[in-house]
Amino acid sequence: MLIIVCPYCGKRPEIEFTYGGQAHLVRPKQPSQLDDEAWAEFLYMRANTKGVYAERWRHAHGCGRFFNAIRDTTTDHFLAFYKSGEPPPALGERTS
Amino acid sequence: MKQSFSGLSLVWRGLARHRSWQPQWRKAEPKPSYDAIIVGGGGHGLGTAYYLAKEHGFTNVAVLEKGWVGGGNTGRNTTIIRSNYLFNESAALYDHSLKMWESLSQVLNYNVMFSPRGVMLLAHTVHDIQVAKRHVHANRCNGVDNEWLEPEQAKEFCPPLNIEKNIRYPVLGAALQRRGGTARHDAVAWGYARAADELGVDIIENCEVTGIRRDAGGAVEALETTRGLIRSRKVGVVAAGHTSVVMAMAGVRLPLESFPLQALVSEPVKPVFPCVVMSNTIHAYVSQSDKGELVIGAGTDAYTSYTQRGALHINTHTLDAICELFPNFRRLRMLRNWGGIVDVTPDRSPIIAKTKVPGLYVNCGWGTGGFKATPGSAHVFAWTIARDEPHRINAPFTIERFQDGYLIDEAAAAAVAH
Repeated sequence: MLIIVCPYCGKRPEIEFTYGGQAHLVRPKQPSQLDDEAWAEFLYMRANTKGVYAERWRHAHGCGRFFNAIRDTTTDHFLAFYKSGEPPPALGERTS
Repeated sequence: MKQSFSGLSLVWRGLARHRSWQPQWRKAEPKPSYDAIIVGGGGHGLGTAYYLAKEHGFTNVAVLEKGWVGGGNTGRNTTIIRSNYLFNESAALYDHSLKMWESLSQVLNYNVMFSPRGVMLLAHTVHDIQVAKRHVHANRCNGVDNEWLEPEQAKEFCPPLNIEKNIRYPVLGAALQRRGGTARHDAVAWGYARAADELGVDIIENCEVTGIRRDAGGAVEALETTRGLIRSRKVGVVAAGHTSVVMAMAGVRLPLESFPLQALVSEPVKPVFPCVVMSNTIHAYVSQSDKGELVIGAGTDAYTSYTQRGALHINTHTLDAICELFPNFRRLRMLRNWGGIVDVTPDRSPIIAKTKVPGLYVNCGWGTGGFKATPGSAHVFAWTIARDEPHRINAPFTIERFQDGYLIDEAAAAAVAH
């Protein structure tokens, strides 16, 4: 089980959280002007990176808030946790 | 030299103390070029190479496998075979496969141990009953067998099942596909490998694709691999959880996410379990292998990962359900657990299609249920590669469906496990 560090509540077991998928996806500003390909890109296409990946988590059985994490998907080792809205931190700063 | 398997050959070679058996396929060295290359040496990939050679006259074909054949999800699944999917497109694809399973051992002259012992899907809530009955009727309209059982009938079919009313999720009924069952997972990979090899296909293990080269027109011209450059104008990618990684080498983005999916087996016991039982609602998937182990499928972990392992609480969750449904399993010890990386699409249906890159084809997105589709998937994918157009069965399973909205939404239909 992963140990996840909620930026608001601290270190907690994975079962307190729900997964939110790829982070930093931005809803298009002018939805009516998008063509089908751009919509498909926003709705369905994902980086699915093998390696360092920015993702969202929600502390569902805790504070309830969304936040972001950076994890290496080849090891499941977390590299950083940060609040939603913040830019991804420079890598190399291991927080757990 | 071709080794034909039969009862007679077993006796004959047995009398000779089994010293005359030969390896089932050659250890091929990569040639400079092929007419077609399949990336991924699991059941789907090896099967694709076999049907390319057998039915389409492509004998200059290579299968490139990063590890060893059948070492990925082919060797990691719980071998459940069924075709009772809701939508017409899915029913056609999976039933095509199920029909091929029925004669696969004879066709390949290799015992894949297909055992149509029946797959029973349990219903625990009123909603489950409605969904399962809808599936039963939809399946029958598509010529796929599926029948509704009351709890007593379910217990008659599977005596270890607990149908007491006092459990958390009592069994309220079940949908049974009698033609469904199990097969021996490794044998499927080995059988296809052996049959393809006999037709001249090169099976190249320990050969990882590291790049896809395209010509000035954008078409595929060669693969860069850990064993050198290999040219081909047709490349079929069947790389399961690593499909996103391979396709990114050609600049193709796919609607896939890769998740760990776990399974486990118990210590071996005498034959106690006559069929396959699935419960989507409380997440229990169980059958008994011929070795005697209970083969148990757990769920996917919550997060994307390429680690081929997951968390123990996922397995615990499944075992909780199994202990309640089958109280006599409570004292069994679990022997091994493992994970595989499954590529999941948003609608939980596969993609078997051409891509926007000429000469590049993809067969992916089987998610948590690809084993059952192995022969059918391989058969229609070989057709797609050979003719540069989809077979009518896989025509709906395009990448473009995520743009035009023609989804095959088995995720929403889910009376079944994904």
